[in-house]
Amino acid sequence: MDFEINDEQRLLADSVGRWLDADYRFEDFRRFAADASVARQNWACLAELGLLGVNIPEKDGGLGGGAIETLLIMQQFGRALVVDPYVSNAVIAVALVAAEPAGERRSRLLEQIGAGSCRVSIAALEPDGRFDLSLVRTVAKAEGGAFSLSGRKAVVIHGDTADQLIVSARTAGGAGETHGISLFLVDAHSPGIEIRGFPTIDGQRAAEVHFKEVRVDQGALLGGLHGGAEPLEWAVDRGIAALCAEACGAMEKLLELTAEHLRTRKQFGQPIGKFQALQHRVADMAIAVEQTRSMAVLAAAKIDVADRAERRRAISAAKAMAGRCGRLVAQQAVQLHGGMGMTDEIQVGYYFKRLTAIDVTWGNVEHHVELYGDLL
Amino acid sequence: MNLTETPAEALFRTEIRHFVEANLPRTIRDDVLAFKHLTKDQYVRWQRILAGQGWGAPGWPAEYGGPGWSAVQRSIFDDECYKAGAPRQLPFGLSMIGPVLMKFGTAEQQARYLPRIIRMDDWWCQGYSEPGAGSDLAALKTVARRDGGEYVVSGQKTWTTLAQYADWMFCLVRTRSEGKPQEGISFVLIDMRAPGVRVRPIRTLDLGADVNEVFLDDVRIPVANLVGPEHGGWTIAKYLLGHERTNIAGIGMCRRLSASLKEYAKRQTKHGRPLIEDVRFRDRMVKLEIDLLSHEWSLMRLISLEQAGRPVGVEASMLKIRGSEIQQDLGELLMESAGPYALPFVAEALDSGFEGETAAGIGLNSVAALYFDLRKVSIYGGTNEVQKNIIAKSVLGL
Repeated sequence: MDFEINDEQRLLADSVGRWLDADYRFEDFRRFAADASVARQNWACLAELGLLGVNIPEKDGGLGGGAIETLLIMQQFGRALVVDPYVSNAVIAVALVAAEPAGERRSRLLEQIGAGSCRVSIAALEPDGRFDLSLVRTVAKAEGGAFSLSGRKAVVIHGDTADQLIVSARTAGGAGETHGISLFLVDAHSPGIEIRGFPTIDGQRAAEVHFKEVRVDQGALLGGLHGGAEPLEWAVDRGIAALCAEACGAMEKLLELTAEHLRTRKQFGQPIGKFQALQHRVADMAIAVEQTRSMAVLAAAKIDVADRAERRRAISAAKAMAGRCGRLVAQQAVQLHGGMGMTDEIQVGYYFKRLTAIDVTWGNVEHHVELYGDLL
Repeated sequence: MNLTETPAEALFRTEIRHFVEANLPRTIRDDVLAFKHLTKDQYVRWQRILAGQGWGAPGWPAEYGGPGWSAVQRSIFDDECYKAGAPRQLPFGLSMIGPVLMKFGTAEQQARYLPRIIRMDDWWCQGYSEPGAGSDLAALKTVARRDGGEYVVSGQKTWTTLAQYADWMFCLVRTRSEGKPQEGISFVLIDMRAPGVRVRPIRTLDLGADVNEVFLDDVRIPVANLVGPEHGGWTIAKYLLGHERTNIAGIGMCRRLSASLKEYAKRQTKHGRPLIEDVRFRDRMVKLEIDLLSHEWSLMRLISLEQAGRPVGVEASMLKIRGSEIQQDLGELLMESAGPYALPFVAEALDSGFEGETAAGIGLNSVAALYFDLRKVSIYGGTNEVQKNIIAKSVLGL
């Protein structure tokens, strides 16, 4: 085993870090979240740096990276509070598209996603399904050589700025069954799609998407008919691994901010970091960060193993740990910052919110504990 | 010991319940139960309805215009008001400056201010914390310099809740810089409309702005606005903080959160069944329900001690800690009940009168904001760390 990253990987991490330090500053966070033109600029930068194509094979014009490269990038993104739909596109969508048989459609899509000219959102959750990827009631009715999609998708991250949606829909079976779920790549502007976008707690966007007899042709199918559940789970797992790395970066940053506050904030004539009760809190935070880092590495290590159960256990364990530790670190950071930690005026709250959002993205602690339990 | 409500107390409860049911405006109740930010008008309206019934100041003795209720009656009153979805009665006038003036104020001060508190003709806010004086309150730096028949006050206060609506602020100021810091503090009343007073809202994690910074720039106040002796403010400050601590046992908020949690857990589904039937989730609800039950009985025991005239000591700190922890745990679980719907958040939906759209209804829209906002309860009113120091000191006697 070797936990050292190679020179090329270090170069990648450093260059991402430098770009974020220079151009993705906290002071501009509200603009990133609120101003669509700024968001487009950032997206173009991500494309230009090659980051949108990190998981695209070299022969398809990408960087040909993998789990480790994604981990390094996401850690930096976590530190810098990146609000762009990176995971949906560069991780989940790319994984699903790259798994398609070679051909014109695959090449074109990968090229467009990598170039940032096609933004994809994953429409997999449903209003009453919580985090369950197989609770699919949206139907895709076969009509001649085409399909007609009807149903509702919930909390589609950045769904209101997407060009294409990857939609899970039922072509056979009943809600809760994995067999009979198919994936479709659907133009977000197709007739019959109604998208209601909302801000999210962490300065991003999420949409409720209503499909009313949306017609798509046979070519919209991603993966095999009825066989969408497994690739979706696999691709979302890759997204979860990325989120664990992001959580790790955000927690590192919170620990640094809190340590700095404890060194400089004075009460009772001394830095509050001199009080043992607070020192132990910081120690707990540091332990939590370390555990999350280990689990993020574990998730990256297991994402490509062939055995589904082995992969799934690792991913759920990592996400549960990141959720639990993220909550602890964020709550302590707020508490140790006192009243200032409760304000929208310093960075701490923004990391708190992002970590909370990560916890409820693709399954919270409870959900992943349950999934792990099913595989014991 | 009599561990059940007496017939008289039960009758009292019925009387309160009927009155609140009949008189609490529906629009106010709906906003309260949806955890919205209330307007000034909503607070004042409800307070005046209570005042009209003679219940405006439930904790006050009859000689000052209170109903002269026992501690048990007061707790029944609070309980019924909370259950019905009434706004909380703001503590700044009723539980803070009111009792202070009764104990330390002159007859003139009492006559001038107390009746106006009951009808909320004056809105009060609390000028204690400063940027450099939080847990270490005695480090406060706002200065009041004597100039003839006036004080000239300069400095900055912070975390001043609802100061944007305030007519008056009771305020700790430094009148002497020599000697121990505690011995140079005075307690004064500042007219918020006086020249030199400026209020700046602080946006909080729920994107509301109910706390403020208050800047005081050569604000002139008559010497008659001094409460108690000059340099004698620390004693008053401590007296007042004692009052605040029993208030922030937070029992009402705990009950409200607990009721919402049950309601959401019945309405939300998991694997096609109501969430409340999910053993994993239900166990966590039950644990909190038990925590709350023990918290309620602790509070009742403390109230009965108070009623019997026995001194209340560190128990108040314990109640503050448990109350804040239970509120936070309930807030966490409430957020979790929403599943992925904790994510979308329309901040304006927390404003009274909002008629726009949210992703999954007003209730789920606000769960994450509520979770964020509840982090404050272990910080304000003396952080939980400070409360634990108080408890440990008393247990160890070191």
